[in-house]
Amino acid sequence: MSAQMQATGVALINDASRADIDRWVAKYPAEQKQSAVMAALRIVQDQNGGWLTNELMDAVADYLEMPKIAVYEVATFYSMYELEPVGRHKICVCTNISCLLCGSDDVVKHLEGKLGIKMGETTKDRRFTLKEVECLGACCGAPMMQIGNSYFENLTAQKIDDIIGKLD
Amino acid sequence: MLVTIEIDGKKVQARSGAMVIEAADELGIRIPRFCYHKKLSIAANCRMCLVEVEKAAKPLPACATPVTEGMRIFTKSRKALDAQKAVMEFLLINHPLDCPICDQGGECELQDVAMGYGRDVSRFAEKKRVVKDKNLGPLISTDMTRCIHCTRCVRFGEEIAGLRELGATGRGEHMEIGTYIEKAVQHELSGNVIDLCPVGALTNKPFRFSARAWEMRQFPTIAAHDCVGSNLNAHIGKNKVLRMVPRDNELVNETWISDRDRFGFEGVNSDDRLRVPMIKQNGQWKETDWTSALDFVATGLGKIASTSGVSEIGALCSPSSTVEEMYLLQRFIRGLGSGHVDHRLRQTDFSDQDAAPLYPSLGQSIEHLETVDAALVIGADIRRQQPLLAHRLRMAALDGANVMFLGSVGSTYQFPVAANVVVDPRCLTNELAGVAKALLKQASVNPPAGFAESAKAVQVSADHEAIAKALKGARNATVLLGTDAIHHPDLSTLRSLASLIAQLTDAKLGYMTEGANAAGAWLAGMVPHRGPSGSKGAPAGSPISEMLRQALKAYVLLGVEPDKDCGDVRAAMKAMRDANFVVALTAYQSPSLEQVAHVMLPVAPFTETSGTFVNAEGRWQSFAGAVAPQGDARPAWKVLRVLGNVMHIDGFEFMSSEEVRDELRTRVGNAHPDNKTRWHPPRPFVSVPQGFTRVTLVAPHSVDAIVRRSDALQQTTDAPTFAALVSDETARELSVREGQMVAMAQGGNEITMPVRLDARVPRGCVLVYAGQPGAEHLDPSATLTVRGI
Ligand code: SF4
Ligand code: FES
Ligand code: FES
Repeated sequence: MSAQMQATGVALINDASRADIDRWVAKYPAEQKQSAVMAALRIVQDQNGGWLTNELMDAVADYLEMPKIAVYEVATFYSMYELEPVGRHKICVCTNISCLLCGSDDVVKHLEGKLGIKMGETTKDRRFTLKEVECLGACCGAPMMQIGNSYFENLTAQKIDDIIGKLD
Repeated sequence: MLVTIEIDGKKVQARSGAMVIEAADELGIRIPRFCYHKKLSIAANCRMCLVEVEKAAKPLPACATPVTEGMRIFTKSRKALDAQKAVMEFLLINHPLDCPICDQGGECELQDVAMGYGRDVSRFAEKKRVVKDKNLGPLISTDMTRCIHCTRCVRFGEEIAGLRELGATGRGEHMEIGTYIEKAVQHELSGNVIDLCPVGALTNKPFRFSARAWEMRQFPTIAAHDCVGSNLNAHIGKNKVLRMVPRDNELVNETWISDRDRFGFEGVNSDDRLRVPMIKQNGQWKETDWTSALDFVATGLGKIASTSGVSEIGALCSPSSTVEEMYLLQRFIRGLGSGHVDHRLRQTDFSDQDAAPLYPSLGQSIEHLETVDAALVIGADIRRQQPLLAHRLRMAALDGANVMFLGSVGSTYQFPVAANVVVDPRCLTNELAGVAKALLKQASVNPPAGFAESAKAVQVSADHEAIAKALKGARNATVLLGTDAIHHPDLSTLRSLASLIAQLTDAKLGYMTEGANAAGAWLAGMVPHRGPSGSKGAPAGSPISEMLRQALKAYVLLGVEPDKDCGDVRAAMKAMRDANFVVALTAYQSPSLEQVAHVMLPVAPFTETSGTFVNAEGRWQSFAGAVAPQGDARPAWKVLRVLGNVMHIDGFEFMSSEEVRDELRTRVGNAHPDNKTRWHPPRPFVSVPQGFTRVTLVAPHSVDAIVRRSDALQQTTDAPTFAALVSDETARELSVREGQMVAMAQGGNEITMPVRLDARVPRGCVLVYAGQPGAEHLDPSATLTVRGI
């Protein structure tokens, strides 16, 4: 790839994101830039309204000077990265063991009924996406879900309605 | 340090730090494995190699457990076998039961291990996963549902190829091996993943469904397309070579082969093989039998000799001919009384040929390349020309060596490159002189005669300084002249300067030659100025350039397609057309030979004849024919022997190719060349050339008649394109865009081609692949004018 093409790829990352990524890069030894890949993907995902395009992943690869496939590996491994467009609010429902024992099935059923979509789907108005995830480390508050950067624990139907009601 | 361990009751010494599996392999105790491979890093992800170790609570993976003093290992205890059986059961959960339609069936590691270590019935009744196949290009076929995630292919990309193309995306049950975004893998060694893959997930695409492993027989042979001489096994079915696989030889190719050596042989099964001798009568080609054809040749050559004189007869051969063929061909021509023999089809500068070494050798062993700490590679696109030498240099570079390139095609390398100077071919000597000047200054040595005057205007650049310093500072340096340097119009100066630089830095000077057997050609006497083993060539003859210019009356061609194999195609075709008698010993009914030859004798390619190639390090590697020649084709050495007899020339009594080889071998003895040549005053160097220069590249899959006929290789991205390749910068200077037509003119000839942007081409140069239609009208590396139309 020519230097020029590389530059246009990297240009997809805006200045604010770039500054943010640089902060992460600075935390690692200079020759191990790629250690910042997870943070970089999160940052460009936020920049792009919650999901990653192939071009953005390529931009991260070029920016951190790592093979593109290595970035795809990371992005496809972790459930926090989205490879398709998502709604404004991504609702991640934990269905792992503790939450399951405490009734995550009901949480799922309630959310699906309320929003009229299945797990893994997005509402037509692009407000909500439902996603099933594994243990988020909040077992003491099971059943739980995560919306944006916040955790919501000890969920009941009522509580879910309140939380969703407050979202734009 | 050695430690004593015990495996299955056998006491053995093992290198401390070695893994249990290595020690067991050495003892011949087979531990099942999938992810472990001796040439790759340890991943320990398949768990197939679990063994019992005394005092360890759980079974341990043999591939990731280092031996320690007094360790007692049991590979076949109840505990070990149970563990292996359990792992096998897990691996088979998602593996399809499609062995009957799987190309790997019969040579599948999973199948073998399942037979040896698995259960007989499956307890798994749930759904198996299915994975979509990937399109990895024309060479590798995929059936990804069969993948067991050993990651050998991924590690190969990272560690050996240096190009991470395959990866493991997704997680757990959803993990998949692939490129994620569809694209063909593009590495000159990519086919090796076919051998590495323990299952049928990655298989040989051109070979697909053509035979079962147990139906084929295996014959050892030697690769015929570059000067490495990779060791191969040819797999034969129905008297046809169906595929090539590597044969381990640590000293030469380790366990790898290039894609060209794996897929190139396809050309031997091409439809245009010449199967019967043919004679041209009144402009018409007629089939005939061997006796009449040989008589026709003898009469034809005899007539030329008696009417015009023997010095009107010349012979040219492919540098990938065998030693035996070349030895007999030169003996035949010299026996007739002419000295015009040559194999240097693309070389242009012969002015210092008398000073050339006994044969152009690598100057060191192939293995040694891995241990150098500095290398200057001059005029070579080694990744494409000698992929396995590039691999050795890559290993050196990863070990910290300064690997530096100076040439006219800026390739990309999958390793840290200390310098990559890409210049107009006309400036190559100037650049090398810069390095020499820097060295002379650094060492404050008096320059050799004539240097100061010629190099007065040479500016020492930072690059030159750096290259000089790296070479000088190295304890183990090498200077390598590549194929493009050998074809350079000023080879003599390049050689002289390279010798000087090697001398000043105590570096080993080496050549990376074209074809499989350039070294053998020199030793066999297939050069006009020297006989076999470097003896005084009697009678002496002219090099190819002269031979073509003089327009001889008769030419004998062995394995040569004059419109594709010669550097100066125009001169070659003209000389052949004008000749009274052209004899072609050829495996193919080539259109160009049909045009210019008067008789075509069908000879066997390397898979169908016994013979010997001498590789760049001087290793003689003999092989037997893997299959019988197709049709009425005969091994060329036999044809030449009979021709010698028919024409009553002495010294053609050989009964076998071994006898031919042994006679030459005895003459050569243990002679080794000293590559460094004596200094000769160079011509003044050009630093800023006027006008545009053509750069010629022989595409890696155009190097010989066989690979040119390999369909699979011709579909890869390395296939030559019909285009004028220029850099962005040059395109801007010419005000042309990609796709636009340009006219290139030289000496009254003009050809037009579409523009293609290519960052590898130096500024002010136009790269036109050799062998493209019209390209014969442009000198391989001379000035031309270019304009957009
Ligand atoms: S494709 Fe073959 S080599 Fe690659 S991970 Fe799968 S089984 Fe292993
Ligand atoms: S199982 Fe749901 S948070 Fe741990
Ligand atoms: S071979 Fe040891 S874990 Fe795979």
